[in-house]
Amino acid sequence: MSRLPTVTLRVPENTESDGREPSPDNEGALHSSFCQLIEEQSSLVAGAIEMELQERGREPSALLPPPHPMATTGLEPEQGEQHPGYATTLRILANMPSRTIGRSRGAILSQYYNRTARLRRRSSRPSLQQLSLTARSSLRHYDLESDPAHSTLADKQSLLELLSLPPAQRSHMLLEVPLSLEEKRSLRRQLSQKRSTPGLRAHSADPTSPCAWCQDCIVLGCRTFWYRFLALVHTAQPWHYALKQIGGRFGSSVLSYFLFLKMLLMLNIFSFLLLLVFVVALQAAYPPAVASPRPFTGLEFLTGAGSFTHSLLYYGYYSNTTLNDPSASSPSGNTSPPRATQLPYNMPLAYVFTIGASFFATCILLMYSIYHSFGKSYHVGSSTGVLAIKVFCAWDFKVVQRRSVKLQSENICTQLKELLAEQRLRSCPLSLPQRLRHITVLLLAWLLALGTVLGCVVAVHYFSEHMHVQEQGAAAGSAWQQEGVLLALPLIVSLLNTLMPHFYNLLAAWEKQDSPGAEVYVAICRNLLLKMVVLGLLCYQWLSRRVVCSAKECWETCVGQDLYRFVVMDFIFTLLDTGFGELLWRLILEKKLKSKQKPEFDIARNVLELIYGQTLTWLGVLFAPLLPAVQVLKLLLLFYIKKTSLMQNCQSPSKPWQASHMSTVFITLLFFPSFLGAAVFVSYTIWSVKPSETCGPFQGLQTIYQTLKVWVELLEESNPNIAWFSWIPQYLVENTIFLFFLTGVVLAIIYLNIHVLRGQHRIIRLLEEQIANEGEDKRFLIRKIRSIYEHKEHCA
Amino acid sequence: MGGSSSLLPQEALGEYQANPFQHRICHVFSTSEDGDDSMSFEDFLDMLSVFSDAATSDIKSRYAFRIFDFDDDGVLDGKDLEKLVNCLTGQGEEARLSSIEMEQLIRNVLEESDIDKDGTINLSEFQHVISRSPDFVSSFKIVL
Repeated sequence: MSRLPTVTLRVPENTESDGREPSPDNEGALHSSFCQLIEEQSSLVAGAIEMELQERGREPSALLPPPHPMATTGLEPEQGEQHPGYATTLRILANMPSRTIGRSRGAILSQYYNRTARLRRRSSRPSLQQLSLTARSSLRHYDLESDPAHSTLADKQSLLELLSLPPAQRSHMLLEVPLSLEEKRSLRRQLSQKRSTPGLRAHSADPTSPCAWCQDCIVLGCRTFWYRFLALVHTAQPWHYALKQIGGRFGSSVLSYFLFLKMLLMLNIFSFLLLLVFVVALQAAYPPAVASPRPFTGLEFLTGAGSFTHSLLYYGYYSNTTLNDPSASSPSGNTSPPRATQLPYNMPLAYVFTIGASFFATCILLMYSIYHSFGKSYHVGSSTGVLAIKVFCAWDFKVVQRRSVKLQSENICTQLKELLAEQRLRSCPLSLPQRLRHITVLLLAWLLALGTVLGCVVAVHYFSEHMHVQEQGAAAGSAWQQEGVLLALPLIVSLLNTLMPHFYNLLAAWEKQDSPGAEVYVAICRNLLLKMVVLGLLCYQWLSRRVVCSAKECWETCVGQDLYRFVVMDFIFTLLDTGFGELLWRLILEKKLKSKQKPEFDIARNVLELIYGQTLTWLGVLFAPLLPAVQVLKLLLLFYIKKTSLMQNCQSPSKPWQASHMSTVFITLLFFPSFLGAAVFVSYTIWSVKPSETCGPFQGLQTIYQTLKVWVELLEESNPNIAWFSWIPQYLVENTIFLFFLTGVVLAIIYLNIHVLRGQHRIIRLLEEQIANEGEDKRFLIRKIRSIYEHKEHCA
Repeated sequence: MGGSSSLLPQEALGEYQANPFQHRICHVFSTSEDGDDSMSFEDFLDMLSVFSDAATSDIKSRYAFRIFDFDDDGVLDGKDLEKLVNCLTGQGEEARLSSIEMEQLIRNVLEESDIDKDGTINLSEFQHVISRSPDFVSSFKIVL
């Protein structure tokens, strides 16, 4: 039987005489129909009905329930009318390819073969004419699945297709195919048996030379080794068990905070290692002469001043000369014994290059993370269908504890009810006075928030001026007084940063946004605005040095100390916030209010605190090269403290939280205001600010950037052949036209992408219309089949 | 858990998880001919492999579809969705949705995901819905 599938026939006149379903088309006219197909089916069906009656005893699950009343197939069954045509139509429906594609082994193998062949760009599959019966799902509607002879033939066909693949691809495909392990093993057995039969060797594409067999063995061996290595790496990750515990009790939302913390830790370790190897370790090996080291008191850990001032921690310690220079004599007069290799090390150049390299590498890593998570969380046309996504994807299978599972069920129930209520509300919109009231409340809340930000900024400004006066007054006092005055400004700023988010939460409770998603965004916006504006003011104060560090000779060390104090104070206040916000609140809830509820873990506020701390580190790297090490210690301690507090005191948040979407938002926030702001600050400092005269690696120069220019000139002088090298800084970095060109290219790429997206939206709409039309066709055909059977019943 | 010749009955697995889908998971992954949904060691490996980090979104969505298909007819119709929502919201009486809310929910879900408008959600439509949610892969995971 090698017929082609399409058949053109006339529709018999008498099928239209019942007039039950009027059709828009004139069906008396000649058109291609499936009448012969239906006749074929009916003859097969008569045989299939007997088989079905036999099977009914054996497989109760193969019985089909009547379609749900909501199904709009047009097959509304009249009660009590159970003619065999109806049951058979249902059976045909059950065997439709769209329903069995997930379960039929032949169809699954076919689909995966197609995908593999397309991926590896092999020639396409054998054409239709050569296949009598095929396992391809689009053509399977000819035969009922119940035909055992056909199903084994379909299997054989798919096995043949599998054999035509080379062994490496075949094993890779077998790994990916969604069948059970037993079936995969039996497939492999059958394939190896078939390979050994000589008749089929002509069909298989792999040659029988031992060289190819060796190659396949090597590839398979390498792949096995690689999978084993990946498995080992996966379990050797730090904090694997702790993260699993957290995910098991609280779900993916709280887990995303700890994953963000881990990412920040890795970034800081990377910066620290870079600085350690190229700057800190070398300076430690060649220490400069220190005037008189101050005695160590315990307060240095808090203030960063005192004996820490002239240490590796700060900028002022680093020398401005070439270390280990054979031509220079050391200041103390001792000449070092001549060594076999003398490697001079230009400290100023190393300092500026290492800081530049660490910023550049951090930028690349952050952009890669954003690209990676943006690709995962954004899809074209993904704005609709919230309810369906919530129903299918809301259940977090990681959660294993009984109480957490119950809590998750309650949360999902609440969220579903809220979404349904929101939808009902949207269908009956608010009246005009209610809307006006809502808008006024929103405006007032925003005005209040912006007003508080402005108020905080002005307060910080006046407070720092006041502290400056106090500092000058306390210079004559005791050491404790001096240190205390230094700590006042960081204390106030951290206090504001801790208290204001709670105030914004109260504001949000009064405001009552429409959707919980909007609430989170508004809260993040306000908190971020406050933190960034205050940091902006502090940066301006540090660089202008009118208020802070105005009297000091070595202002960079002073700024570095200030930043160190900010970092330490931020850590202390985070601990206090955890203690009071979580521990104390839980005790109050338990003992006083006697409620079973624990305080919720506020993910957004905690992540913003992490971003703030990281911004401080990036701002301070130029002035205190060991600041990333301090941040690493701080993050390590923070992980364990937060985890302990979470386990003891908190429960997971009840508001819906799209973990991967919010992770993308947080990484973007880390990059855009935080990292870029710090990079702009550091670039401005390198480019335009005059370094101090008496300390640090850039003393005496006009700007830090001059180091690079001096070096390039030195290179030109020493070797005239590479004079072209000076072309790069002159024309690329200092010339603004190149930057304009780059900006133009980026804008053009963005514009093109927007147009591509619009085209994709249009295509999706067209395809959805086409699928809806196919559904209409299906319903039409089913109605026709049913009417034919009923007609046969009447005639019989 | 024993060697490949021993079977893990459903009740024993119930102690390990408070998951409301535990019966469906056992049913889907079990290849025993007795129909008692017990799992051999290979079935257990299959289950862990599908729920692991390394499984692709395609494999996870196929098995998720089979788990959610409570009557095993190859599509998700209204009754399947109703049972699914009841599993999600829990067994307590106050936690369930009222019948009006349930109808509204099922109607909306079918409207959003049923592209060919036949009143049921087949595997391709389910995969289309899943592809729009980036959280699915990370939540359809059991960590060992």
